[in-house]
Amino acid sequence: MAGFDPQWFATRGFGGHGAALGMRYHAHGDDWAELALPYDERLIGDPASGVIASGPIITMMDMATSLAIWIKRNAFVPHATLDLRVDYLRPATPGKTVIGRGECYRITRSIAFVRGQAHDGDPGDPLAHVAGTFMVVGDVAGMGLNRRIEA
Amino acid sequence: MTIGLPPYAEILRVSVEAEDGAPPVLLMPFADDVLGRPGFLHGGAISGLLEMAAIAALQHALEAEGAGSEARIKPVNVTVDFMRGGRDKPTRAAGVVTRLGNRVANVEATAWQDERDKPIAAARMNYLIMRD
Repeated sequence: MAGFDPQWFATRGFGGHGAALGMRYHAHGDDWAELALPYDERLIGDPASGVIASGPIITMMDMATSLAIWIKRNAFVPHATLDLRVDYLRPATPGKTVIGRGECYRITRSIAFVRGQAHDGDPGDPLAHVAGTFMVVGDVAGMGLNRRIEA
Repeated sequence: MTIGLPPYAEILRVSVEAEDGAPPVLLMPFADDVLGRPGFLHGGAISGLLEMAAIAALQHALEAEGAGSEARIKPVNVTVDFMRGGRDKPTRAAGVVTRLGNRVANVEATAWQDERDKPIAAARMNYLIMRD
């Protein structure tokens, strides 16, 4: 499969868990993608403050970094998250949409290395920082990816 | 004791399965709302479940030492390792507090499906504890 358009991918809906959270496409570039997670009371993790739970932010960062990988590979290649680390820099502001930016900074045949940040309006004041790795699932050699990735 | 689950737990349909003196075991049924790639759980949903299990274990440990509801918990960070794909079956998760200090708690949580010693994912978390 040649080419990957994250906007088209997103218009088909994220389905499943992403749809349940209300996650949306926001923007993308050569090796990055941004998603938006509008504030929703169903996402609250701390009823006393109204701050949303960290789980939805992990989900968004997992998806934003995944999109960044497919953009960089210029193909939709199924992969699985190997690991994901999230630093919680500050709580998200209740009522504000959270933007999650994922970037793929290194790619090999099997592994993609990603990083990203989440903010709620000011990219200079991030609320979370993530780093992680993804692994291609299935037959890597048979997918005709080698030349494109190693080029 | 009873574990208070936040609104977010309802999206994951998480319930407390067992808490007979031990850190609670949380149960998350398989459903479309927690699906990632077709046929598999979303890593984010698994992470959310792990974090809830970790916080439940920490609340359990705080109550055991009598600090209970006075202490507030702030997550500092989480690292999740994914070992196996989450399939079309119920997922359970439980946390273990490896160290409960005065200001910091180190907590580990694992999620499993068929057998507890075959985890599908595991997380390590650091929490700041604010004691009044």
